Amino acid sequence: MQLTVNGKQTSIADQETLSVTSLLETLQVSQREYVTVELNGEILDRADFDGATVKSGDAVEFLYFMGGGAA
Amino acid sequence: MFTEEQINRYSRHILLKEVGGKGQKKLLDGRVLVIGAGGLGSPIALYLAAAGVGTIGLADADEVDLSNLQRQVIHFTPDVGKPKVLSAKEKMEAMNPDVTVRPYQTWVTADNIADIVKDYDFVIDGTDNFAAKFLINDACVLANKPYSHGGILQFDGQTMTVVPGESACYRCIFPEPPPQEVIPTCSQAGVIGVLPGVLGTIQATEAIKFLLGAGELLTGRLLTYNALRMRFREIAIKKNAKCPICGESPTITELRDEVNAMNVCDLEH
Ligand SMILES: [Zn+2]
Repeated sequence: MQLTVNGKQTSIADQETLSVTSLLETLQVSQREYVTVELNGEILDRADFDGATVKSGDAVEFLYFMGGGAA
Repeated sequence: MFTEEQINRYSRHILLKEVGGKGQKKLLDGRVLVIGAGGLGSPIALYLAAAGVGTIGLADADEVDLSNLQRQVIHFTPDVGKPKVLSAKEKMEAMNPDVTVRPYQTWVTADNIADIVKDYDFVIDGTDNFAAKFLINDACVLANKPYSHGGILQFDGQTMTVVPGESACYRCIFPEPPPQEVIPTCSQAGVIGVLPGVLGTIQATEAIKFLLGAGELLTGRLLTYNALRMRFREIAIKKNAKCPICGESPTITELRDEVNAMNVCDLEH
């Protein structure tokens, strides 16, 4: 399937759909336990990562904590 | 109205139709709170002072350290050891005598933040730790204060403006702070010195636009920046119905310190 991941066209071989949990593993997304996932413009509940699926044409964003600023 | 000197000082603002004399007056009457007088806070405070934002609050308990000077451009070598808020106040007042700087030499906490925030029109998060970032979000959402979120790490930065009730807040994206040991901070992972200049200047721009009532704020979109690849991206962020503070059934109704995330960046260097 073809996804837009963080704005980039990304193809995943041999898969029609994937759960968000499997997608995180397949793409080797860093900080998997803490990353926020936005699927087609909606922020997903962490509890829904197993149940939510991605399919061709979907847009996925991985959003990370960024803590620096002062010190 | 304006003195001869002010007309001269702000002439390049007054020439802009989006500012003009009226807008400059709004800036002079404006009150902006900057939390953190470090990497992000430095350019924010300098540009707000130069722009003639009349009252600028500056909150930070820290003192200037030699390792700060690579990026915290409001502090100079002779300031090492001095409270950051006082070092910054000196520079801002020397730059523009129209500006009143109110220093708060303290960390913001659940006990003091509401009292500090209430006197300002707009708040800017220039802090370096998640406890403060979540606390600022919660305090601003509960007090209905618009604010600018900013975060930097290594070569990356992100910023978003939050108008409570209207646009997504920080917890709409990140409902809870990460446990303290998992996310590297600038003191552990490093940061390229120019990075807070880019992000902080954007945050100061948002405060100025808010005071002017001009243009479009960076609401409902997270702006990300990568300095190595020299790319900006914008990610649309909708209000999250399940947000624990601004969603449909909020679970956070009063301020609390995020103890678990408290010491994420307590090394200060
Ligand atoms: Zn929210």
